[in-house]
Amino acid sequence: MNWDSGLLLLILATSLVPGLVIFFLPEERVAIRTTLNMGGAVVKLVLVGVLIWGVLHGHQYETRLPLLPGGLDLVLHADAESVLFVTLSAVLWLVTTIYAIGYLEGSQHRSRFFGFFSLCVTATVGVALAGNMITFLVFYELLTLSTYPLIVHRGTEEARQAGRVYLRYTIAGGALLLVGTVWLYDVAGSFEFTHRGVVAGLDDADRTVLTAIFVLLIAGLGVKAALVPLHGWLPRAMVAPAPVSALLHAVAVVKAGAFGIVRVVDDVYGVEFAASLGVTGPLAVLAATTIVYGSLRALFQDNLKRRLAYSTVSQVSYIVLGVAVVGPIATVGGLVHLVHQGLMKITLFFCAGNLAETLGVHNISDMNGIGRRMPWTMAAFTIAALGMIGVPPLAGFVSKWYLGLGALDAGQDWVVFILAGSSLLNAGYFLPVLYATWFKAPPDAWPAERSYGRRETAWALLAPPLVTALLVVAAGLLASAPFSPLQWARFITTQEYAP
Amino acid sequence: MEVAVENMPWGVMVILLPLAGALVCFLWPRRSVPLGLLGALGVVACVTGLCWQVVEQGAQRYTVGGWGAPLGIDLYADGLSLLMLMMTAVVGLGISIYSSGYFEHKTAVVFWPLWLFLWTALNALLLSADIFNLYVTLELLGLSAVALVALAGGADALTAAMRYLLVGLLGSLCYLLGVALLYHSFGSVDIAILAERMELSPAVWAAVGLMSAGLLLKTALFPLHFWLPPAHASAPVPVSALLSALVVMASFYILLRLWLEVFPPGAAAAGQLLGLLGATAVLWGGIQALRQTRLKLLIAYSTVAQMGYLFLAFPLGTSFAWKGALYLLLSHAMAKAAMFMAAGNILRFGGHDRIADLDRVAQRLPLTLAAFSLAGISIMGLPPSGGFIGKWMLLDAAFYRGQWWWALILIMGGLLTAAYVFKVVGYAFTQAEVTHEASRVPAGMEWTALVLALAAVLLGLFAPWPLALLDIGFPFSGGCAE
Repeated sequence: MNWDSGLLLLILATSLVPGLVIFFLPEERVAIRTTLNMGGAVVKLVLVGVLIWGVLHGHQYETRLPLLPGGLDLVLHADAESVLFVTLSAVLWLVTTIYAIGYLEGSQHRSRFFGFFSLCVTATVGVALAGNMITFLVFYELLTLSTYPLIVHRGTEEARQAGRVYLRYTIAGGALLLVGTVWLYDVAGSFEFTHRGVVAGLDDADRTVLTAIFVLLIAGLGVKAALVPLHGWLPRAMVAPAPVSALLHAVAVVKAGAFGIVRVVDDVYGVEFAASLGVTGPLAVLAATTIVYGSLRALFQDNLKRRLAYSTVSQVSYIVLGVAVVGPIATVGGLVHLVHQGLMKITLFFCAGNLAETLGVHNISDMNGIGRRMPWTMAAFTIAALGMIGVPPLAGFVSKWYLGLGALDAGQDWVVFILAGSSLLNAGYFLPVLYATWFKAPPDAWPAERSYGRRETAWALLAPPLVTALLVVAAGLLASAPFSPLQWARFITTQEYAP
Repeated sequence: MEVAVENMPWGVMVILLPLAGALVCFLWPRRSVPLGLLGALGVVACVTGLCWQVVEQGAQRYTVGGWGAPLGIDLYADGLSLLMLMMTAVVGLGISIYSSGYFEHKTAVVFWPLWLFLWTALNALLLSADIFNLYVTLELLGLSAVALVALAGGADALTAAMRYLLVGLLGSLCYLLGVALLYHSFGSVDIAILAERMELSPAVWAAVGLMSAGLLLKTALFPLHFWLPPAHASAPVPVSALLSALVVMASFYILLRLWLEVFPPGAAAAGQLLGLLGATAVLWGGIQALRQTRLKLLIAYSTVAQMGYLFLAFPLGTSFAWKGALYLLLSHAMAKAAMFMAAGNILRFGGHDRIADLDRVAQRLPLTLAAFSLAGISIMGLPPSGGFIGKWMLLDAAFYRGQWWWALILIMGGLLTAAYVFKVVGYAFTQAEVTHEASRVPAGMEWTALVLALAAVLLGLFAPWPLALLDIGFPFSGGCAE
């Protein structure tokens, strides 16, 4: 095994090994636990940097483990798409770990929490690095299993119920994905991810069967990507602690679903073949429906985290939409939104967590004038919210711009109206919050205020949203700089649509 | 030295060693725990030797006492027997370690001789090369199992044991009648000779029917499963574990041997019927498990469902399907043993096994809950566990044969399993209304459960090797449904 094939395993190990060790740490060994968490996250980031360098210089990264005789292997493989998702996970894991350490200070069962937290990140990285459907499936299910204990972490009856709903959706989705994968293996004889897609190369396969498999796969992935009507678990999973919600919404679960859809359309079926099969049209309509529906539901939520959750339902479907519109520019828009949505949403959830943790504020109706009490937090919140609406030059604007251009380029003008309508709705549910925050008078007392001296809150809670908010600005302002998410998405697209 | 190891009759020792262990434990009851553990380790060593021998030299045939078939007793070890022996050894060692901390001295002196005797019978069954020996060992296995169930004492356990005894006797009787019919028709009980001489006649069909019915009753295939949940749930925990993990699979093993090697081909309809019963068992067992409020009963009904999966291989009948079913069997044995052990720990910890009152077991017995969850992952067939590999192979075979409805059953069974496993896990996180005082659980009991559960999960990552083992000396390409 040379360095190149070991690198991917190392990237997985940097979160798996600390996670497993942390499980066995006694509760009070805070220093060791923090060192392990932070050390793993930093080392992972460095290794991902090496990986980016390698992929740019044409290194091939692949690790295989035979799973069954007859060519069924577990494959880790790094292509440009994996790198996009792995980088997002590695960066946001580091930030979220800092946040979680601050958030959970002094609470119970932290070893269990951080153990599963690390497993969750391992699963996400595995999803990103999977080189074929079965490897994807393995990590996709591992993700389900490792997030469940985080959702029920608080051990209340409400948490148990939310966990039940979560599992009902995700296990059923996993089962659909499994059936689709087996069937695909039976029909195609292989399910490696390749740039043009293995299915596109089949000459004599029954097109009805291929369509049925596509539907099964997308339904299985759509559960995690929260496509309507498979989104019901997401708003209920809000009972989890804030760092978990942040991770769930920005990197881990919903993104795994969206990334899987990208993989299936681009690298299993091949975009052009999927379009000729006539399955991308309905997928685009489904994504558009989800975008509008999620935004409409978000309008009517008073609980901040629930509003953000419905906003996630809506925003993640931009990624699906970008892929389903079929065209190089729209694909760029979808892929770049994978990163941009992650940055913006994680900022919003960090801020929501800060409000709850510092002032006990959970509802939007209690947020009047909160900008004066917590100016830094709410500044980060404002940047991310404006980004979500699509105000230039923030990250969300870049995504929407490319999606719109791409739709026009592909001759699907209706998508532009969806984008415009969705932006209006986004403004409709974010602007009133911003208005109340900054311009209304604060109440005499906050529901449950904790004092942090002269600072508005603990630094571990404040630094992460500020960093991610800066990234939101940077991703938009520096979109044409080398190594920006946009450039990387373009790099991927040139491979998918190469002549 | 190497020559000596090569020529040792490991197959015979695999039977003699636990028998000797049982006798020694019986004669020195004071030392029964260390002696029993020593015996268990010895069996594991012998099975390792046998494994080495079979891998190096291919399938082994031993003629006991120098008399060959058809007069004497032959022992035969091929890949299939070997794999089952290895599984028995691993689970058996786990159960032995667990039991050393579980029983009080008064029960231990009865448990150890019986358990080692049961192990003897099981090993002998797995090595038998003729259908009469299979009968004898099956009967010995059944009787020692009944005695172990009765060990718990109390009215429930005795009733369950009584019912278990009667069912077991009825099953063996049916099987014995079939053996008599076959012997009458072909003049031999040796499996290889029967396979050569096999031809169709009404007597043969009757024999096939009787033997299958008897074995299905013993394997607790729906609708013949009624005796299993009370027997498995009321026994002491190590006994529940060995019944669910090892004893039910013995009769399945015999059925598989006969179906693949002895029974005449062309029983496609029977294969479909077995598949249908298996499918019903999967759904019925799953639904019943979901309805239980006691943990041990839930696990027992889960065994009914899991046995059903194995029968889905019969209508499919490809080599891939058989191997898939065997892989399920393998991982089920480890996972189910681990699950019962975890339940035993919870029972000892809180003094009850009511699921809704688990009362923060996740915090207070984390290793045990981890064991239960990992075992659950394998049983529900989530990757990367052994259960997943088995299910994948069955699913693949179902699509390959174009019989997609079996795939549907596999998936629905998995969903039901997930539902009842996570029902338990969910309650393990919440606080019960009434907090119970808790007693200590020995660390050894927690770790044994965890290691077995981990083994069931890790089986998923090392599938090629055990599957290659199955190819040694066994014609899996056969089967009636081809």
